[in-house]
Amino acid sequence: MDFGPHLLLASLEGAVAAAILALTAIGLSIVFGVMRVVNVAHGEFYMIGAVIAWWVASIVGTHPALGFVAALVVAPLIVGMLAATADKFILQKIDYDPDRTIVATIGLLYIIQQITLMTFGPEARPVQPPFNTRLALPWFEFGENGFEMYWPWGLSITSYKLFVIFAAIAIMLALWMLMTRTKIGLIMRATQQDSDMAKAFGIPVNRVYSWVFGLGAGLAAAGAVLVVPMQQAHYLMGHDPLLLSFIVVIIGGLGSLPGTVIAAILIGMSDGIISVFFSPTLAKIIATLVVAMVLVFRPNGLMGRSN
Amino acid sequence: MTDSKRSIILHLSFIAVLALVFFILPDYHTGNLARIMVLAIFAMGYNFLFGYTGLLSLGHALFFATGMYGLGMTMQFFDLSSGSAFIAGLICALLVSAIIGALALRTVGVAFMIITLMFSQAGYLIILYFGEYSRGDEGFIIAREARAFMGFDLSDETNRYYAALILFSICFLVIAKLVNSPFGRTLIAIRENEERAKMLGYDVAKYKLIAVIISGVVSGAAGASYALLFGYVGATFATVQYSIFPLLWVLLGGAGTTIGPFIGVLFMFYLIDLSSVVTPAYMLIAGVVLVLLTLFAPQGLAGELRKRVFKWLP
Repeated sequence: MDFGPHLLLASLEGAVAAAILALTAIGLSIVFGVMRVVNVAHGEFYMIGAVIAWWVASIVGTHPALGFVAALVVAPLIVGMLAATADKFILQKIDYDPDRTIVATIGLLYIIQQITLMTFGPEARPVQPPFNTRLALPWFEFGENGFEMYWPWGLSITSYKLFVIFAAIAIMLALWMLMTRTKIGLIMRATQQDSDMAKAFGIPVNRVYSWVFGLGAGLAAAGAVLVVPMQQAHYLMGHDPLLLSFIVVIIGGLGSLPGTVIAAILIGMSDGIISVFFSPTLAKIIATLVVAMVLVFRPNGLMGRSN
Repeated sequence: MTDSKRSIILHLSFIAVLALVFFILPDYHTGNLARIMVLAIFAMGYNFLFGYTGLLSLGHALFFATGMYGLGMTMQFFDLSSGSAFIAGLICALLVSAIIGALALRTVGVAFMIITLMFSQAGYLIILYFGEYSRGDEGFIIAREARAFMGFDLSDETNRYYAALILFSICFLVIAKLVNSPFGRTLIAIRENEERAKMLGYDVAKYKLIAVIISGVVSGAAGASYALLFGYVGATFATVQYSIFPLLWVLLGGAGTTIGPFIGVLFMFYLIDLSSVVTPAYMLIAGVVLVLLTLFAPQGLAGELRKRVFKWLP
């Protein structure tokens, strides 16, 4: 394949990765922004999302699309409820102390991972994509006969991957509407800005925290349901999304949702593109160091305000 | 008795107890204890930065691994003796922590956590990338003959135990001395209120950098001695997991106490050791205990002791 089509292919793969990453990272970003705690178990919520997707899909069974849609509804709901419960019985009890929250969520991480290992098992299990047609993509080139369009071999994307990109955008738009256009969003933003003042105005801050924690975990689960037809469900799959989401949230600027999305696109795309041209390990080293340097020169992230 | 006298007695008798239990405990436990002491050095290095200076790093695996590979590689490829290889390990840790410190300290709070995490991740990947020399995840073994220091064979149980104890004691006493010195007091002042320390005229940036370097070198010493005493160098020790472990140990044992890191390592080690006897799902038990501890012992084990029994605990 020529350089141009190759780059296009890499960018498309990168866009799919970026879409999933954006969803997962936004979940973390909301929790970070509103509650000011580091949720180390975020990757595990992602993992349970994938496992529940497999479970729902294998119960429904009839047509892959039916199981997939059911999973897309059920998995985020269950995971969200689970997270809200954990928040109520653990995080609320330790008063969201930053250091202790880290230990508690590490504990949660172990618990979730082990329970999944004991019930779901160590195998990686696939979920059927609801539809998966291969779409060939054209490429334009200025040749001897003027402007030409041709179909390079291997330049294609599956319909499912396109769907993932659009689904992620749709979910993020819905979230943006929720945050800026509804009363729920108003309450969340008020709690984020000044939780004491919010409490004084009669907002049940603790309940808001539980909801936000659930919402964040639910978004991770939604990302996982989208990813699971492309990448199998496995009990250790939460590790990389956790690290990447963390990096994205910080690079984007703490508590800034647009920043998170921009950083996710940047990191997801560059990871995809760099790994086409370098060996995967070297690509990761370069990407990690470049991103770290962004923080060195912009300590508050891309969109973060200095305090 | 003044508090400082008490604390000297406490530290010395603690070391004396460790020296004596070797004769009482069965081999299996002394073997464990040697490992625990080395890991406790790592935890103490971490505690110096986290507990006393208030900087939460998620990248200490890098310093541990630097010490480890600094010793391992120089022994493997330059045939250095164990003593000079150990010093090479320390120098590597010093350089790496100075560079990382200078870059990472431009950020604060969560950004500091993430940037140290990323540097450490890059370090891990670099070790994998040069797998030809480092043998990557598989690691390499340091030959038994090479693991001798001043005529003592360090692969021998007794020598290994006391080598670990000596190194542990040095770090333990030096750090205990350091945190009670004006320098250590300044670090604590920075932890408590950075702005005020700055207002009082302290060069906060310099103090923080020195704290990172000390912490990095102590962690590197732990890595180098781990490689030397247990004869194995591998990339596993550079993974994120080994950055999270010292944080857990220190938080469990009690951040900002001299004795906390050791207690934390001891507790975690035997928690996993004992529960894996009962059930293969030992991580479940470990997880539940972690959650319970944060709920009921928020200051860590040594912190709770200090609060309830020994108010003077350093």
